[in-house]
Amino acid sequence: MRLAWRHASDTAAALLFFVIAATLFPFALGPDARTLSAIAPGVVWVCALLAALLPLDRLFGADFEDGTLDLLLLSGLSAGGVAGVKTLAHWLTTGLPLLLIAAPLAVMLRMPAQSVPMLLLTLLPGTMLLSLLGTMAGAITLGARRSAVLMPLITLPLMIPVLIFGCAAVTSPHPEAPLLMLAAMLVLAMPLAPLAGGAALRAAAE
Amino acid sequence: MAVFRGERLVFRDVGFAVPAGGALLLRGQNGAGKSSLLRAVAGLTPLAAGRLLWNGEDALDDLPTHAKRIAWLGHLDAVKLALSVGEHVADKAALVAVGLESFRNLPAKLLSAGQKRRLALARVIASKAPLWLLDEPTNGLDARSIAMLGEVFAGHLQGGGMIIASTHTPLDLPAAGTLNL
Repeated sequence: MRLAWRHASDTAAALLFFVIAATLFPFALGPDARTLSAIAPGVVWVCALLAALLPLDRLFGADFEDGTLDLLLLSGLSAGGVAGVKTLAHWLTTGLPLLLIAAPLAVMLRMPAQSVPMLLLTLLPGTMLLSLLGTMAGAITLGARRSAVLMPLITLPLMIPVLIFGCAAVTSPHPEAPLLMLAAMLVLAMPLAPLAGGAALRAAAE
Repeated sequence: MAVFRGERLVFRDVGFAVPAGGALLLRGQNGAGKSSLLRAVAGLTPLAAGRLLWNGEDALDDLPTHAKRIAWLGHLDAVKLALSVGEHVADKAALVAVGLESFRNLPAKLLSAGQKRRLALARVIASKAPLWLLDEPTNGLDARSIAMLGEVFAGHLQGGGMIIASTHTPLDLPAAGTLNL
């Protein structure tokens, strides 16, 4: 966390990417309010996912290269614990800021004001799930040649169900079911992703 | 013990014991498996065969507990350039022991290679762990620092600590056993 604070530009880069990517859509599609408000939830969701991926390859990569990963594994935490703490750090430094900036972006995309709270409510488990799955993928691709390319290829397909239910909750008149699905996926990923990530870290440190 | 790295058998039929207050120097040419042995003792690399005992009990059964017994100095220093010396090692006595106490507020990116190595050593000293695993601890150090290191090692051993170190240069560890790989 302290390193992330010191390298605040990394978080800022993800946020700016989010803002700029979402801003491109009105330019490409025209300023028509009806078109924009129809695509707004999807645009915000997809852009948030892509932006949250940006810092993931350095999450373990830097530690792997300078020997810190060995120290983390020898810190007395289990390997799964290390992955869990990294997940939390990623969410606090990327997921949470993205969440905070998503509301003004949604308004800019002409999203009806009453849907914005629902968008944020779905993005909360959404960004958490991305942190969980992304950290796991980051650990799995550790040491691979082109890991920066491989990591999104593992993460994004896993995020498809999250994306479907997240956007469905925003647009559907009955958001309870998709919200519960999101919560269920979060509950499933919360123990499993750090466990898998921890096993991958051990394998990478061998 | 025997250890594989990938598909390659690094060493086999290696055995040793280190008593409390004892030290063991690992010697051997490059690629002989000194680092692999240290990683295996730390529990980072799994043993292909054999056992590692701590007071007669299997040490690698419970890795988080085992991790608390050891202080690790790898061939990389694990120094974060954006953090200051004091943020790496808060323990003042440890910084004094390696002669870095006056650089406490300096960012680590301004340190020389030898000073980074000493900072990594200060982390080992500050850990208060009984078993020190040191991979080439004298890498990049000048003669004065190496002499300083000798005192630190002697103090650790006198307190009942243990050291397993791989080295090419002569290390000032009088009572140390030697294991040739």
